[in-house]
Amino acid sequence: MSVHVEWKADRCRLRIEDDLSIYRAAALKGPLLDPLGRASEIEVDLSQVAEMDSAGLQLLVLLKREAAAAGKRVGFSGHSPSVIRLLDLYNMAGYFGDPLVIAAAA
Amino acid sequence: MDLDAARQTYIAESRELLQSLEDLLLQAEQGKVDAESINGMFRAAHTIKGSAGLFGFDAIVSFTHVVENTLDQVRDGSLALSPPLVALLLECGDHIGTLLTEVAELSRTPDTNILSAGEDLVARLRDALGSSPPTEENESAATGLVQHEAAVETLGGVVVEADSWHISLRFRSDVFRHGMDPMSFIAYLNEVGEVVDVATLVDRVPAAAEMDPESCYLGFEIQLKSDRDKVSIEAVFDFVRDDCKVRILPPHGKLEEFVRLIADLPEDPMRLGEILVKAGALTPRELELALERQRKLSDAAASRAPPLGQIVVDSRFASQPVVTAALEKQKQVEEKRHFESSLLKVHAEKLDKLINLVGELVIAGASAGALAQKSGNAEMLEASSQVARLVEEIRDQTLRLRMVQIGETFGRFPRIARDVAKELGKEIDLKISGADTELDKSMVERIGDPLIHLVRNAVDHGIEPIALRAERGKPAKGTVRLNAYHDSGSIVIEIGDDGGGLNRERIRRKAVDKGLIGADQVLSDAELYKLVLEPGFSTAQQVTNLSGRGVGMDVVKRNIEALRGSIELDSTEGTGTTVRLRLPLTLAIIDGFLVQVADAFYVVPLDMVHECVELGAEARDDTRSRNYINLRGQVLPFLRLRETFECEQPPPPRENIVVVAYGGQRAGLVVDRLLGELQTVIKPLSKLFAHVRGIGGSTILGTGEVALILDVPGLIQSAVAREAQGTGLAGVSRAGSA
Repeated sequence: MSVHVEWKADRCRLRIEDDLSIYRAAALKGPLLDPLGRASEIEVDLSQVAEMDSAGLQLLVLLKREAAAAGKRVGFSGHSPSVIRLLDLYNMAGYFGDPLVIAAAA
Repeated sequence: MDLDAARQTYIAESRELLQSLEDLLLQAEQGKVDAESINGMFRAAHTIKGSAGLFGFDAIVSFTHVVENTLDQVRDGSLALSPPLVALLLECGDHIGTLLTEVAELSRTPDTNILSAGEDLVARLRDALGSSPPTEENESAATGLVQHEAAVETLGGVVVEADSWHISLRFRSDVFRHGMDPMSFIAYLNEVGEVVDVATLVDRVPAAAEMDPESCYLGFEIQLKSDRDKVSIEAVFDFVRDDCKVRILPPHGKLEEFVRLIADLPEDPMRLGEILVKAGALTPRELELALERQRKLSDAAASRAPPLGQIVVDSRFASQPVVTAALEKQKQVEEKRHFESSLLKVHAEKLDKLINLVGELVIAGASAGALAQKSGNAEMLEASSQVARLVEEIRDQTLRLRMVQIGETFGRFPRIARDVAKELGKEIDLKISGADTELDKSMVERIGDPLIHLVRNAVDHGIEPIALRAERGKPAKGTVRLNAYHDSGSIVIEIGDDGGGLNRERIRRKAVDKGLIGADQVLSDAELYKLVLEPGFSTAQQVTNLSGRGVGMDVVKRNIEALRGSIELDSTEGTGTTVRLRLPLTLAIIDGFLVQVADAFYVVPLDMVHECVELGAEARDDTRSRNYINLRGQVLPFLRLRETFECEQPPPPRENIVVVAYGGQRAGLVVDRLLGELQTVIKPLSKLFAHVRGIGGSTILGTGEVALILDVPGLIQSAVAREAQGTGLAGVSRAGSA
């Protein structure tokens, strides 16, 4: 299973255990969007995303926008280094508005 | 600065592109149109326009722009490539040709006749495009020459304050599929300067239902501080030039440029304006000015259809970069030339002529060898064997010239398999091996369609639906294998799947229903599977729009047999089917078996010869009245070539039967003498002999004599047919005499 789903009443917690990349984008679209149907709030854990590219970013954008359209809240957390790198490059952290934990420079 | 040379190159290139545009349109007119060809048309128009811009050929740019936009919409699928549109586009192609002659070759300004013809075409294109709103990209990009002149007057002096380059990127949806990711280009921008600001535009991501995760919907507005010139910044995007709209505005550029940028981009002007201000490209005051100007422009565009043209401002303002780009282009052309010289394009006809000549040479060499042998002169023998060896080498090399890797054909299958699988809701993994196997070019062209059909068939009928696969304990994802290899002078192409396999019983029932076999006929697996290839035979219970109509497999069979190839099916119920195509490597040369009847020579293709048996005097007397013999307990119908070709001479005391087999049927050919194997160059018969049955071609023997190549499938057909009739008659006559 590429997306781990956990339900607490109508709150859904998704942990993406896969690359958010063009190779997996088609397979991930369904699992990411499906919970929107009955969840009122979705929390997406990105800590296991080893690779993310533009196709992956588009999926997150889609999820965020679809949720907003349905009046639901979606939050992203645990951004992995790969996710942070891309959000930085695209200057998209503001769009998602989630708190980012910046790893202390080693 | 030798712009003249570059211009000549431009003209030559554009003529080529126009030709390919025309070819593609003509094909489209005959219904042969696919995404690739539409793309080809678009690229042709796009390149002609782009290069014309470099030279400032405004008339070409403005006209071709509309053509390009039309093709862009065709490519997007928002406009259908209807026959009237194809016809119109053909006219447009001609008009571009006229403009090329006038503007680029003769350096004249097109006269009013040409211009009005162009305007007329543009008007018709606009009709075809339908009522697209004027704010849409294509319309506003086409904002008129006149307006621009006016715009330059009003805003000409206004220069923006920002001291960085502004780069606007809109990636096309296919960029991921072409193996590229916008992020690498944006990251690379840091190499040519300092990225001050990136605004990522996700507005084009459609609603969930329409969103294809493998399409790219991203756009970017970037501020870049750099000392480089426009060309080197542009070079960053060289790899995605076809997949991305790139617009680059220089530091302290004219505000007018931004007006056009805002007009050109698909997003809402207000939203873009905000982004530009936020990115620091424009100050709020500048934006206000720009938007006001933009509104006026679109009002003007809406009120009347303006003559086209957008290059004036570019050329005025960017003269230095344009000249550099032209030089760059020229250099690229030279590099391309250089590359081309290592790969020589040769007309196939010339190659065929060469092969023909080599064939003659082989024959002449053989006859020289025979003479040398006769003379017994040792030195001459040695010399002639030298020549023979060299001739053989030349023959092999020449035939190799026509050999191409089959990978080229295989290359389009992943997409086909994917599309078919998607349509059917299946998951398919296509495994390709042996793509570097070589075969004759003419074969490659002709096996494409049969292969497509077989691959579709494998996905459609072979692989079971996902649910059924799960039930059978197979992985949800089906595997289709495509493999090619050489096997003793022929190429074998296998299309295998790990699907349900052929159902013996169902095929048998269907064959009995159709009267193809008797109800209690015993058939081997291979024979039974072959029935699938018969016309009108489909075991699919569900007819899909892909296959299952029972037309197809028989067409595949016919196509393959026309290439002197054969099809085998191998199947295990429950675990999969493999279709094996066996084809000769080339159509020009065959291994033959030489036989003689009276003083005429005949060649039987060797792979059809099963065995040879003697027809002794006794057996001959026995068979005088009938046309079959008992060969190890089986009936073997035969044909006397002597009778078939109406040879007057009496037969020798001993005759031979060559047993030939084709397509599961066997027959004997009665000949006088067996002369053994030889390799022959097939020469087609002239049209005069087109109606002669039983002969497929001719060849010339080493002795200079002509040998006819037998059309074995045709001969077998007639032998079998005659035998069926003959036995019937024999039965009747016997019954009568009893």
